[in-house]
Amino acid sequence: MRYTYVRENPVFRFLFVVLIPLAILAYVHFGTDPYYETVFVLFLVNIIPCAALNLTNGITGIFSLGQAAFMALGAYISSLLTLEPKTKFAYMPQIPEWLGNAHFPFWAAMLAACVITSLIAVVIGFTILRAKGHYLAVITLGMVIVVKSLLDNASNLTNGSRGISGMEKYTTMPVALLCVIITLYVLYRIRISAFGRSMIALRDDEDAAASLGIRHLQIRLLSFVVSAFFAAAGGCLWAHLERVIAPSLFYFDETFTILEMSVIGGMATLSGAIPGAAILTFIPQVLADLSNGFTIFGITVPKISGLSSIVMSIVFILVIIFRRGGVTGNSEYIVESMFSLDTYTGLFRKSTYADLKQSLLNIGKRNRQPANEESVKEDRK
Amino acid sequence: MLKVTDLSVSYNKINAVRNASFEVNSGEIVSLIGSNGAGKTTTLKTISGLLKAKSGSIQYNGEELLGRSPSRIVRDGIVHVPEGRQVFDKLTVRENLDMGGYTVRDRRQIEDAMEYVFTLFPRLKERQSQLAGSLSGGEQQMLAIGRALISGPQLLLLDEPSLGLAPLVVEKVFDVIRNLKKEGKTILLVEQNAADSLAISDRAYIMASGEIVLSGTGSEVASDNDVRNIYLGGEESWSSLLEN
Amino acid sequence: MVFFVGELISALKLGSIYALVAIGYSIVYSIMGMINFAHGELLMIATYALWVFMNMGIGFWPGSFLAIALTVCAGILIERIAYRPIRNDGESVQIISSLAVSIFLESMCRAIFNASGKALIIPAYFSKTFKILQTNVSVIDLVTFILAIGMTAAVSIFLKKAKIGKAMRAVEDNPTASDLMGIDRDKVIMAAFAIGSLLAAIAGILYSGKYTSFNYDMGFMLGVKAFIAAVLGGLGSIYGAVLGSYLMAVLEVFFAGYLPDSITAYQTVFVFMVLIVVLLVRPEGILGSSVKRS
Repeated sequence: MRYTYVRENPVFRFLFVVLIPLAILAYVHFGTDPYYETVFVLFLVNIIPCAALNLTNGITGIFSLGQAAFMALGAYISSLLTLEPKTKFAYMPQIPEWLGNAHFPFWAAMLAACVITSLIAVVIGFTILRAKGHYLAVITLGMVIVVKSLLDNASNLTNGSRGISGMEKYTTMPVALLCVIITLYVLYRIRISAFGRSMIALRDDEDAAASLGIRHLQIRLLSFVVSAFFAAAGGCLWAHLERVIAPSLFYFDETFTILEMSVIGGMATLSGAIPGAAILTFIPQVLADLSNGFTIFGITVPKISGLSSIVMSIVFILVIIFRRGGVTGNSEYIVESMFSLDTYTGLFRKSTYADLKQSLLNIGKRNRQPANEESVKEDRK
Repeated sequence: MLKVTDLSVSYNKINAVRNASFEVNSGEIVSLIGSNGAGKTTTLKTISGLLKAKSGSIQYNGEELLGRSPSRIVRDGIVHVPEGRQVFDKLTVRENLDMGGYTVRDRRQIEDAMEYVFTLFPRLKERQSQLAGSLSGGEQQMLAIGRALISGPQLLLLDEPSLGLAPLVVEKVFDVIRNLKKEGKTILLVEQNAADSLAISDRAYIMASGEIVLSGTGSEVASDNDVRNIYLGGEESWSSLLEN
Repeated sequence: MVFFVGELISALKLGSIYALVAIGYSIVYSIMGMINFAHGELLMIATYALWVFMNMGIGFWPGSFLAIALTVCAGILIERIAYRPIRNDGESVQIISSLAVSIFLESMCRAIFNASGKALIIPAYFSKTFKILQTNVSVIDLVTFILAIGMTAAVSIFLKKAKIGKAMRAVEDNPTASDLMGIDRDKVIMAAFAIGSLLAAIAGILYSGKYTSFNYDMGFMLGVKAFIAAVLGGLGSIYGAVLGSYLMAVLEVFFAGYLPDSITAYQTVFVFMVLIVVLLVRPEGILGSSVKRS
């Protein structure tokens, strides 16, 4: 295998997509303040529901605003299973005996939460996925409203709007990282499978896809349910990171935050979830410090509450108008590099390094070289 | 009056019109004839500003039309009567005519034009408060032409006015076109119905796969052998059809 | 009986607010085929504007006119900045753009006015009550109802008689043909947004005047409910929007009034059930014709 460009080279891929990110995470994990570690773990956790949302919204073209609802279900179900029985009875004396006494290990609770949420998603999806476009968007937004209303009111199970706290902090950096890798891997396998191709065909031209015999309801349902599964996982991780859950935490704000991640990162790719989650996790942290008011060049900027949501919504509008594809555009480079075997086996081939040297040398000449190549491509069109 | 030079238009990534050049002089009826997909409609849509040209120029009374908005072109005096009539189904006949005069600010001018259209098509006057969607095909075609006349255009672009109409009605439509010429209107007529349109045309252009392949006066074109065979249902094409 | 009449009157006033908002959704949808998720925020803009004007010492009536004018400008501006560039793009792009506008407006409002509830002090004669069938009705309720019906009539006359109103119907009916007539589509869309914003502004003032306390997020949920009402009646028809609004208000109010409290809490759940059932059974709504937009 020959690698003409540096960015295609396994060494480059391995370095920038695998090694350096891992090194940063390891540094944060072992070397710094627990506060920063929490922010990084939050970033990892955010990737999961966001990548799952990209599967429905960007890849299958069913525009859902309901991710927060599935996150809420995942968070509540898993928390009810991992909490100490005595905590549960203290919060909710009326809780059914069997549920109150249930005490699962974290991974089992997470799996149960994801499976139950997916089953719910099957039922919901079956009824609502016939709707399209704006209608589906409103219905899925309705899902968020409905779930919040149920959580607010079913106090015997949820302690109502006051929420529940006291979960163990199971979501550590290694746990979150492992979950991100599993999520991205599974979604990537789906994306490149025949199912994934059908999803894209459906998104691009529904009628044409139908004429090829693609059963759109099944494909849409699959996408919706898988997305719900991972949203639930994200919710579960979130609950065991922040260790407090309440219905209002999974409402419009969360819905829009996940949507902003998805769009700003690049909705049409799974890779987009990574820069999307990074931007929406780190920038608000920085802005939160700024919004307490600060002085710059002698000018005192007063305290602005919600500065980050203003900034993010402006970025959001600009992205939609000027860079529809978000940060990643249509490139699946990051996830592809992570999971392609070649990234790793390539490291053990001598030719890789020779190619790397050659392509690095070529960078200087590049100004002329690729220009020609592109014009050749144009001609072929 | 209208001078199209080396016009190329691509539509849905296909080069629908390639280097087409033709001319329409004041007071003429000029036909653009060709089979389905020859690029005739695309040419009209480009003249009326609905599509953008890739290259070439369209001059109207010496001014460049390319780049002007459809509404500006209507104000300049060119109105396009689209294929398939495209009347506003859910508006009444009168409202349809009103919309034809959208660019006209002077209310009196619209009223006068409407009277004129009603003398041309008395049928429309009878039905002026009916919904356009309830008219017959022929009446809708009359309405589409009438609607185009309200803004007092100099040049009418008629796209397949006879399409889908009964033979008797087709005859009427061609009568109307002939009348419009008498009234001093200039007409660029796009038709698949070559026989009838050549009969009333001063000049004609034949278009095939996006290019102008032949031009001449109506009778010259009509007497061309290839044209007779392909567009006028000559014996050879019939026999070749039968053999297949 | 008294209870029933009382419930019916609350349903009528709630439905009137919905109707004013739903007509805006309907008009914009029928011309552009897009749902403006930020439409509800216009209620918020009108309310806050009036609140500011009244705090500046401008009276209720002049303040209201200014607030309404400002809201209309805001509606036009939103279309110009955020929707015109994406007008011909897919539905999901339109959804995202209008949500983005909505989030932006809410967060701006929160940043400027903070999150605490505000109250609009409307003139005292609005709160005077009189009796209809032994039920107390306040002046503002009556005004709300009359304005809703009056504005509906005004809008439908406008669409019938005014030149730009006819052009709006022409664009809805056949966009290509309306281009060929020289109808300026930008202007027509602007008019649609202006009308929608005008009605939303009126609704906003009536709503906050009635429920006295308001917040930066007052518009979104109301907007979503009015959208559902518009769908229920048939998107694209203003009579449909009005009918849907009153129908939904009746369902909502009676659901809360006649069912036991333990179920009443699930009122919002019920609203969405209605939406889903409508979409499954009759997606074009009660009065809608099954027009498909491309």
